Amino acid sequence: MTAATDRSDAVPVSRAIVAASALLALAIGVQVVHDRRYPDSTEGLDPFLYLQSGPMVTRLALSYSAVAADLDWIRAVQHFGGDRLSNRPKKYHLLYPLLDRATTLDPRFNVAYRFGAIFLAEPYPGGAGRPDLAIALLQKGVVAQPDKWEYYQDIGFVYYWQLHDYKAAADWFQRGGSVPGGPWWLRTMAAVTLARGGDRATSRELWRQILAAADNDFLRDQAQLRLTQLDAMDQIDQLQALVSRYRAATGRLPESWLALARAGMLALRGQAPADPSGSPYRLNPETGNVSLSPTSRLHPLPTEPPGAAAGQ
Amino acid sequence: MRTVPVIAVNVFRESVRDKVLYNLVAFAILMMGASYLVGQLTAGQDVKMIKDLGLAAMSLFGLLIAVFIGIGLVSKEVERRSIYSLLAKPIRREEFILGKYSGLLLTLFVNISVMTVALYVVLGVMAWTQPIVEKAADARALDPAMLKAIVLILAELAIVTACALFFSSFSTPILSAALTLGVWVIGHFNADLKHFENVVSSPVAAWIARALYYLLPNLAPFDVKAAVVHGQPVAGGHVLLTLAYATMYIGALIVATVTIFARRDFK
Repeated sequence: MTAATDRSDAVPVSRAIVAASALLALAIGVQVVHDRRYPDSTEGLDPFLYLQSGPMVTRLALSYSAVAADLDWIRAVQHFGGDRLSNRPKKYHLLYPLLDRATTLDPRFNVAYRFGAIFLAEPYPGGAGRPDLAIALLQKGVVAQPDKWEYYQDIGFVYYWQLHDYKAAADWFQRGGSVPGGPWWLRTMAAVTLARGGDRATSRELWRQILAAADNDFLRDQAQLRLTQLDAMDQIDQLQALVSRYRAATGRLPESWLALARAGMLALRGQAPADPSGSPYRLNPETGNVSLSPTSRLHPLPTEPPGAAAGQ
Repeated sequence: MRTVPVIAVNVFRESVRDKVLYNLVAFAILMMGASYLVGQLTAGQDVKMIKDLGLAAMSLFGLLIAVFIGIGLVSKEVERRSIYSLLAKPIRREEFILGKYSGLLLTLFVNISVMTVALYVVLGVMAWTQPIVEKAADARALDPAMLKAIVLILAELAIVTACALFFSSFSTPILSAALTLGVWVIGHFNADLKHFENVVSSPVAAWIARALYYLLPNLAPFDVKAAVVHGQPVAGGHVLLTLAYATMYIGALIVATVTIFARRDFK
């Protein structure tokens, strides 16, 4: 028998598996000891985007720019979600660079523009509080796809909801309505915004339209949340009116919801009045202010211009 | 020319023996794993991501096969000295080259075909089990237009294979791999050479760049992956012209390869 075919001195398979497993277990043990003794020096540091230039990354990605855009999108979602849910101070500092790079790599990445529109514009700490960047991202989308009426609607929406610039909002709604294939109601919305900009009924109508046209979950969830917040704002106004009535009748502020119930103004069913998410409203006995609980899913409520509720 | 299919089938058999098709298992695992993971990570962009990933994986796996098998088609025969017994038989050198090329093309075709079926199955299951993810996509999950991108990926791989075979006809395997990958990279930047006069003032440099633009393979038109994923129309004329370009370019490379190989002395 030749050396090439003589296998009598070969290690049995079972013994080899046991040996390899034992060595792997030891390697894992050493890794654990190493991690404890020498913790990761980069832990706790802010994540950083080394290559911020979209055109350069597009070059480096060769013919795989769409996959690179997908990776940036996943990172943007994880970065935003991670920061939003963490107990650390929220920064969202990579949200715009990641979305900007993703949309340079894949200029038709619809959801990246629209995600940016909502969460870049959203006031801090719920979002990045950067409506200017949201508008910049959406305008980039308009350049890439001038026939995409949803971007015009979203820009108008940022002007309307975050910047309270109703003239600019109406202008973008009008432009969106004039795009071939753009919905007729955008032009109606433009007229209503110009006439009654900022009132709650118009806000509600805008969100209803977004909910009806939403083509993805986060947009749908966001629209649903905003509509629920508007409902909560209506309820707070009603409760606030009760507090005013109580004060007018008794000459003092109610110390609790129970005082309103005892005065026959509020029917308490064993618990304090709750917002649509189930969290009880707060009543400040010193100021008489009714507000959301900070732990409510609807907190914080958006800011409205004075008299917004009157337009309903 | 009857020997060409015989050599081609043997190249295919050899690639099966060399476990080249194991990459299909990797592709299947990648697709199944991704289809599970993207749902958790991508906020409703499942269909787009799976399409992007599937098409990119087809292109990348195919590229690796085309380069690393392509460079060995001739050199392995020389290394093993089997070329002597082969060429002693009534096989002309052009038949040998054509057979080798067709064999690797057959391997790539089988590979891409199986991957295509796997990709459509994953997308079909996704659309069937979660109809909402299909609504968020620009194009239907089982959009037949994806086949246009796949055909062009195959055509691009055919050019890369021809390049690998060409370089390996006169160079070492490592150098051939480097040169082929270099050509593939340049092929995707090729359009920049066309307008080089915008960045240099020298008319000679601009002229050389323009000449290189036409001389080197222009691979950018073969990449319509993003367009089909977003449901953008890809004109039939574009596909036909790109395929015609690939055919001509491959023809030129094969003729050059055969010419060089015919003059090689294997004594």
